[in-house]
Amino acid sequence: MAPKTAAARRLGMEVSIAVSHAVKLARAETIAAYPITPQTHIVEYLSTLVANGELDAEFINVESEHSAISTCIGMSAAGARTYTATSSQGLALMNEILYIASAMRFPIVMTVANRALSAPLSIWNDHSDIMGARDIGWIQMFVENGQEAFDHTIMAFRIAENHEVLLPVIVNLDGFILSHVVEALEMVDQDTVDQFLPPYVPRHRLDPNQPVTMGAFALPEIYPEVKMSHQMALAGSYHHILQVWEEWAEITGRRYRPLETYRSEGAKILLLTMGSLSEVAEIAVDELREQGEPVGLLKLRLWRPFPVEDLRRAVAGAELLIICDRALSLGGVGGPVMSEVRSVLYPLASRPATVGYIIGLGGRDVNPAAFKDMVARAREEARRPTAEFHLYGVRG
Amino acid sequence: MEKFGYAQSQKYDTYAARLLPREEFFTPGHRACQGCGEALAVRWVCKAIGKDAIIAHATGCMEIVSSGLPQTSWMHPWIHVAFENTAAVASGIETALKVLERKGKLRGPRPKVVAMGGDGGTSDIGLQALSGAMERGHDFTYICWDNEAYMNTGIQRSSSTPYGAMTTTSPPGKLSIGQRTWKKNMVHIAVAHGIPYVATASPSYVFDLYFKVRKALETPGPAYIHVLSVCPTGWRSPTDMSVRLGRLAVETGVFPLYEVVHGRYRLTVEVPKLRHVRDYLRLQGRFRHLRDADIELIQRHTRAEYELLLEKCQAPFPEFPSMASSEEPELEAGG
Ligand SMILES: Cc1ncc(C[n+]2csc(CCOP(=O)(O)OP(=O)(O)O)c2C)c(N)n1
Ligand code: SF4
Ligand SMILES: [Mg+2]
Repeated sequence: MAPKTAAARRLGMEVSIAVSHAVKLARAETIAAYPITPQTHIVEYLSTLVANGELDAEFINVESEHSAISTCIGMSAAGARTYTATSSQGLALMNEILYIASAMRFPIVMTVANRALSAPLSIWNDHSDIMGARDIGWIQMFVENGQEAFDHTIMAFRIAENHEVLLPVIVNLDGFILSHVVEALEMVDQDTVDQFLPPYVPRHRLDPNQPVTMGAFALPEIYPEVKMSHQMALAGSYHHILQVWEEWAEITGRRYRPLETYRSEGAKILLLTMGSLSEVAEIAVDELREQGEPVGLLKLRLWRPFPVEDLRRAVAGAELLIICDRALSLGGVGGPVMSEVRSVLYPLASRPATVGYIIGLGGRDVNPAAFKDMVARAREEARRPTAEFHLYGVRG
Repeated sequence: MEKFGYAQSQKYDTYAARLLPREEFFTPGHRACQGCGEALAVRWVCKAIGKDAIIAHATGCMEIVSSGLPQTSWMHPWIHVAFENTAAVASGIETALKVLERKGKLRGPRPKVVAMGGDGGTSDIGLQALSGAMERGHDFTYICWDNEAYMNTGIQRSSSTPYGAMTTTSPPGKLSIGQRTWKKNMVHIAVAHGIPYVATASPSYVFDLYFKVRKALETPGPAYIHVLSVCPTGWRSPTDMSVRLGRLAVETGVFPLYEVVHGRYRLTVEVPKLRHVRDYLRLQGRFRHLRDADIELIQRHTRAEYELLLEKCQAPFPEFPSMASSEEPELEAGG
């Protein structure tokens, strides 16, 4: 799609570097991070940008991810535009503080280069890390390629800092598969970003001229109301997210939706994926369509707030929905995405049958043939279910 | 004029209490127990800090008694995030202020940054975050309220609980004396980070406490102050004895008051003749089960530690580095 402004340039670069550039273009003022594969290239490159004076910011090398997110809270509370990035064990170590960052309404932006959780230790990609942080109260989205990673990093600041939103945002990108791949990307110039993203104006900040108490505790008389207001803010952020994405589309020609669809019109069978595997699934859909199979694809971009109505609309007319999770809810009834999707579909008078596959754990490759095979198996499974869900392609 | 220099602090040691600021920054109405030495310490420390500061506080008694939504006792801009990360939160605040000042986004002078936490939040669960912040050299002051146990959760032992003390998780029994370990020395740990200013203090010695806080704030870089805070609830001591107990801790050598400036030690309150630790221990129910022999062991240990400290104080103490400033000290201005 042709960009509307002449400002755009196409450049080949590693996705991690593109994300760092996005953070620079967003003029992040404070960064605190701790290295973990495969997030490392992002923070290394950002360190360089700060060291060279290309980004007028302070980069704090903290001693852990727990301190990274805690330091980010301090930075944001003092009124600075704040960024961090992590992965896997790092995200798990942050867990306690992630809830606090969102409940205290700090508009921090974080990239999570998704990676499996130990044990066994694995540096490779799946979504176990972020699914463990499902309920942290942040806005969360997944990107499919480098361009999306770049775009969404810039947009995340704009969404987070909206005074009607004031919530932290996680942009999920698949570790290695995206973080370490070189892609041709359309850059946006500084002036364009400056117009799109004005300087951060905090609603409240720690300031002796106007002292406030932040992080007070709550008795039962008030705790549920505070949680309710958080829920309302997160659910209500949906419209602001759409608005920001729409504005970005006007500038760049790149339009994003909470639930992307690919050849789903008239599809009887739908695959549902998240993140970079969507591009692989597209290949399978193309091949199946060529064979005359009515197969389409749904790509869940916005994970929190969950695009409930978008999903309900998108499955209308489909007979079978195949949900591909990249995380295992051990001892549960399926992958976390499948569980949620089923709940969303349940109230519908007419809804597709659902089959859940857990795929690509710990970096296990998933190719187009696998998606085609899943479609074939799922048809059987829908007729005669054998299990609540399936770990696809795993030796028994 | 040297502001709050070493010499001045000596001078003010003899000054009258009416010269200390009247303004309250830790306001009444909080829910601390009767006779709480920790709340007393917070009150005086906040006066010493003055208006232009931001405080980050760890989970613990002082946070809980002071900040139930929708009320607050804090007149300072104040933030509580969690139990173990206060030094990291303060690191973030200090860093942001630096950038915002550089970009001309601050209203007024750059505020001082102060982190506060209990002994548990400091010497146990928060030690890593504190070590990281001290190592990175942030310009902030960390103040530890040491009441020698996890009081907020019901008097459980910490690494700062003294040997022999009864707590709910170090109960004396047939096989145990109570706390079996000697108190972790947080001051030594702070000094080992090579930070410019470290001190012990006590609200029973208000002037000493006051000037140490001022020095810590005026010192560029990290500063650490360890405040012994008598807790009548946890120590099982009479509520009207908190100030007295704080003095006895110093007079028996259990908690000497000193400061370490760029690695050089100086006693700030000299005790000509130490009293026996018995005078201190016997006033507290948490030591009630100790036999005379146990107390003698504590006495020997205390004396040995004190000797070591005195040896460290033998080395020449540097002039307190000049903290040139045109401002008059608040003390003289306010009265
Ligand atoms: C991660 C975590 N673990 C445990 C707790 C429970 N907790 C809250 S305050 C506290 C003890 C506080 O002790 P201390 O730091 O000495 O402060 P005090 O209350 O004695 O002033 C504990 C264990 C917590 N809030 N967070
Ligand atoms: S338990 Fe101790 S430290 Fe806590 S408020 Fe009561 S007296 Fe103060
Ligand atoms: Mg304590």
